[in-house]
Amino acid sequence: MSILINKDTKVITQGITGKTGQFHTEKCQEYANGKNCFVAGVNPKKAGEKIFDIPIYASVKEAAAETGATVSVIYVPPAGAADAIWEACEANLDLAICITEGIPVRDMLVVRNKMKEKVAKGGKETLLLGPNCPGLITPDEIKIGIMPGHIHRKGRIGVVSRSGTLTYEAVAQLTEIGLGQSSAVGIGGDPINGLKHIDVMRMFNDDPDTDAVIMIGEIGGPDEAEAAQWCKANMKKPIVGFIAGVTAPAGKRMGHAGALISGGADTADAKLAIMEECGFKVTRNPSEMGKLLKAML
Amino acid sequence: MKIHEYQAKELLRKYGVVTPRGFHTVSVDGAVKAAEELGGKVWVVKAQIHAGGRGKGGGVKLARSLDEVRQYANEILGMQLITHQTGPEGQKVRNLLIEEGADIKKEYYVAALTDRATQKVAMMASSEGGMDIEEVAHSTPEKILKEFVDPLVGLTDKQAENLARGIGVPEASVAKAVDTLKRLYTCYMETDASLAEINPLILEGNGNIKALDAKFNFDSNALYRHPEIVDFRDFDEEDADEIEASKFDLAYISLDGNIGCLVNGAGLAMATMDTIKLFGAEPANFLDVGGGATTEKVTEAFKIMLKNPKVKGILVNIFGGIMKCDTIATGVVAAAKEVNLSVPLVVRMKGTNEDLGKKILAESGLPIISADTMAEAATKIVAAVK
Repeated sequence: MSILINKDTKVITQGITGKTGQFHTEKCQEYANGKNCFVAGVNPKKAGEKIFDIPIYASVKEAAAETGATVSVIYVPPAGAADAIWEACEANLDLAICITEGIPVRDMLVVRNKMKEKVAKGGKETLLLGPNCPGLITPDEIKIGIMPGHIHRKGRIGVVSRSGTLTYEAVAQLTEIGLGQSSAVGIGGDPINGLKHIDVMRMFNDDPDTDAVIMIGEIGGPDEAEAAQWCKANMKKPIVGFIAGVTAPAGKRMGHAGALISGGADTADAKLAIMEECGFKVTRNPSEMGKLLKAML
Repeated sequence: MKIHEYQAKELLRKYGVVTPRGFHTVSVDGAVKAAEELGGKVWVVKAQIHAGGRGKGGGVKLARSLDEVRQYANEILGMQLITHQTGPEGQKVRNLLIEEGADIKKEYYVAALTDRATQKVAMMASSEGGMDIEEVAHSTPEKILKEFVDPLVGLTDKQAENLARGIGVPEASVAKAVDTLKRLYTCYMETDASLAEINPLILEGNGNIKALDAKFNFDSNALYRHPEIVDFRDFDEEDADEIEASKFDLAYISLDGNIGCLVNGAGLAMATMDTIKLFGAEPANFLDVGGGATTEKVTEAFKIMLKNPKVKGILVNIFGGIMKCDTIATGVVAAAKEVNLSVPLVVRMKGTNEDLGKKILAESGLPIISADTMAEAATKIVAAVK
């Protein structure tokens, strides 16, 4: 088991014909069972054609109907990315993973409210991962996104983070000391996104094949604190926590649109304190995440 | 992206929000001419910089004659205005706003911003206008009212009335306040703002509602569809090095320490800065080279970091994923040679083609210190600059 995706997941790639989409689709195909997982691409202008032996369809709906795919990954450029998310949602997929960086916040605000409205009216819920995220991977089964596959090992540790390279850092530390991963999830650095830390922690808690979790956060926003409170009451597995941005000044956007300190509660120190209070083993030294986790097992 | 108060008011007027009449000027003569044109007996001379707290810093003066307008404009133009948001060096005043006086009966605070937790637009209002709102939020949070607006529905009359009545707008002026709130919301959404704040929003003796000061921030991801907002950009108000970095698609922010850092990924960049601090020094900057760092980008990144005279050493921390370590190593060597690097350089590389990357660094003939972990890299660079 794993969370969200496994070797039997069938994936549609939206934006498969663009430069980024092509590059990463090839890498995802090469990884583990990728050849069998990536079954469709979408581009209305190139419907009927093939790319890397993957058939291209005019719409997500058609691609899903023809292939039985339930997940999509989105590389569509920022101006059209929110529409692409909505298309995946209208096609009633289980999960849409949006890699695209730089989507206007208003577009995300509108599409997130449309997605919630659909569910409120009794429609099927499509989960969203991202945007501005590396995607997710279940090692030795499937990789959907832009992370380097070779640093991962199959195992029983969950990793969740807003940041791509910091996820890789944690994964590499685990692999180096002999701990594999059940799934590694990048939820993305944007202020308005889909799955949050709390949602992924819930899934790791329910996953019988995950024994412990590394949760990595950043300055800005209430998400890590919310997840920590939930974990205090519900989480049955050990957690190592790290928050990036102790040295970040207030009022400056640290690369990620979401990494911006606004009030007192969203500083790294405040989040670390809450996590510690909620039973996390927190560290201020990101080089120690793997070692700390091993000591808790 | 930030804009000036006079530009924010121009934008608000476009959306039908009432503001005092006023003119923007860059000269003392212009200030006097603006006052003559406005007429009346009282004028406000306001320094225009991209920072709050201008009044307390001496950048806002009430003039009761044209001579006083001239005197204040002369004093304020060109001054280094220091506020709690500018840092100790202050910001040079290059622009003025000359406005008619206002008959202030009561000051309120209203603002729109995107709320991450609810994924709605938060419309906020407070009876404590004219004050530092963060102070109000801290000491009397119950005095800040919020309504969460579904962007698919918009700000409803009921929500706007709740805010207006909640902050004590007199019944006769509620309709005007509601109108202002709705216009502010529309302006916020249509311009892709990330913050739109009117502080203070005033009630005048005649019952009118007016925006006396305004502040906007815009979502930089959305600027491509707002050329009219991009026109407002004032490069004089921004950090020159940050502008230079943005030309090369580098996310750069200068800080106060003495160790320059070059990292790929925003999260890892912050974690690297934190590690430097943990081991006893301070980072001189945040610098994310992004996913596709070329030799050219790395070279520019080195140049920008080294422009800062405080930099006594550089730490490069790269997690090679899609980007291979040997590519980065080649870039680092080329950059170090091109800029004649004279400060200690520690490089930590991890990931794809790590060994090949380390070999390139070792064989470059440059005194590059290699490290395996972030902690080791930080320890080494801190020792090297001491």
